[in-house]
Amino acid sequence: MIDIEHVSRTFREKKTEVRALRDVSIHVDRGEIYGIVGFSGAGKSTLIRMVNRLETPDEGTVRVAGQDLSGLKGSALHAMRRRIGMVFQQFNLLEGKTVYHNVAIPLILEHRSKAEIEKRVAEVLEFVELSDKRDAYVSQLSGGQKQRVGIARALATNPEILLCDEATSALDPQTTESILKLLKRVNGEMGITILLITHQMQVIQMICDRVAVMEHGQVVEEGAVLDVFGRPKEEVTKRFVRTVINDQVPETFYDTIRAENRHYRLEQLKFIGDSVNEPVIANLCRREGLEVNIIGANISQMQGSMMSVFILQLIGETERIEEAEDYIDASGALRQRLFIDWDSRTITEIPAGKGAD
Amino acid sequence: MEDFLNSKVFGIKWSRLLLNCQQTLYMVGWALLIGTVIGLILALVLVLTRKGGVVQGRAARIVYNVVNVYVNVVRSVPFVILLVTIMPFTRLIMGTTIGSTAALVPLVLYISPYLARLIENSLLECSPGIIEAAKAMGANTRQVIRYFLVPETLGSMVLALTTGAIGLLGASAMAGYVGGGGIGDLALTYGYEKMNTPLMILTVVILVVFVQLIQLLGGAISRKLRAHR
Repeated sequence: MIDIEHVSRTFREKKTEVRALRDVSIHVDRGEIYGIVGFSGAGKSTLIRMVNRLETPDEGTVRVAGQDLSGLKGSALHAMRRRIGMVFQQFNLLEGKTVYHNVAIPLILEHRSKAEIEKRVAEVLEFVELSDKRDAYVSQLSGGQKQRVGIARALATNPEILLCDEATSALDPQTTESILKLLKRVNGEMGITILLITHQMQVIQMICDRVAVMEHGQVVEEGAVLDVFGRPKEEVTKRFVRTVINDQVPETFYDTIRAENRHYRLEQLKFIGDSVNEPVIANLCRREGLEVNIIGANISQMQGSMMSVFILQLIGETERIEEAEDYIDASGALRQRLFIDWDSRTITEIPAGKGAD
Repeated sequence: MEDFLNSKVFGIKWSRLLLNCQQTLYMVGWALLIGTVIGLILALVLVLTRKGGVVQGRAARIVYNVVNVYVNVVRSVPFVILLVTIMPFTRLIMGTTIGSTAALVPLVLYISPYLARLIENSLLECSPGIIEAAKAMGANTRQVIRYFLVPETLGSMVLALTTGAIGLLGASAMAGYVGGGGIGDLALTYGYEKMNTPLMILTVVILVVFVQLIQLLGGAISRKLRAHR
């Protein structure tokens, strides 16, 4: 549906040069919710604006529904933009006007008849559950209500694609959740493809099918949300995942761990979706010569699936522990050895690590 | 009524006083109307073609610079000097330099760049986000102006026009001296040259009342336009 290929963009301001995008390629399929996550300045704002040509690439091509945008000008460009709705962090509504007027504006621009506009505005306001605020002024609404108006306005022209530019970043956590549910409905009930950018990993976790992680103008990691959350490769991705899934050893446990003077290893186990069919931890506990101490546990839900993270202290002889490691690896759970550096109190991870103690 | 109009106030007939008031209103009203149209166009050109504006490119940059320099040049000439400098031009288009209608030429020329700057400031109050949303909706330049830029900043623009109208009132007094009539004409020819101090003070009072009325009206309209922000 959206094909961005080898796109680069550099902003030149007198003597400084900012390379906002460097050879970025992403492909968004029809009907999916695709999220781009990155810290501010990663280039995601520039990237999302390429899709409705608010920004133009220096190099590379952007195609929407198979159509190359580079040659579009004047009314062809305006017509293309009407097929793509956009929602903003600061809502960008006409504050002094009514909800009705704000939602009607894109239809007024299309010269639709008054009756048609009335009908469509009523429909979309019903969808975003704001029918009762039809004649209220935007300035009287709460942030969440304003964003609902923003979404209703974007939906008014029956777009095929919805672009969300940090749509929930200005909202409190509860309101964020209700807006995300609404976006999920936009996708599910209307079949609209959604491309969103955010710095909140929670947004990706709650509604996205696929995710791209951006840093310094490049996409550093991309894939299905469950995969990226389960097996983050890049450091920046790990940092983002940690903002919603706690896979760290709680600091208060450091002393407990250190006080253990028997031989032990620290292991992190991840169970993703239904990839593991046996009670791994219960079975570990039943093993001869092995004691299991649960240091941390975290279960998160995403995309109708589950991911759980456990941090275990396996106590026993080296041989027993290594047998247990083999058992875990065979079960399908993802295992990492953790080492704590007691001086700096930092942890290093060794994927599926064995090695000496 | 007839008797009243022929009766005198501080040495002139009431009818004369009312006529001059009427001339002032005529000059300020028309110059404001025409000046606003020209000023709005200049302001829109400045805002749309400025760096980061809706219209970009080489042509836009040239247009911006031309308009910008024009506005600065005209604004740097004091009104009395502008008034006498352009007399040949006034005669060319009006056929005369005498009378309230002829005075409109220098008044419009003077006030339109001033209004352009004031309106430009108002237009710049519109948040870039609104313009971006408008473009994302597929609005063309004309629609961006009509449905977003102007409605969003109308309240502020009315205040700008109020300031402009008061400036115009001052300028109209000078224009009157060169043959346009109006309150300023009274003050200078009767009050100053014939040393009729009471009349001069009366004209000052009238001007103060005019300014108060304009300010009151402008404030009220602006408040109404911004009622729901």
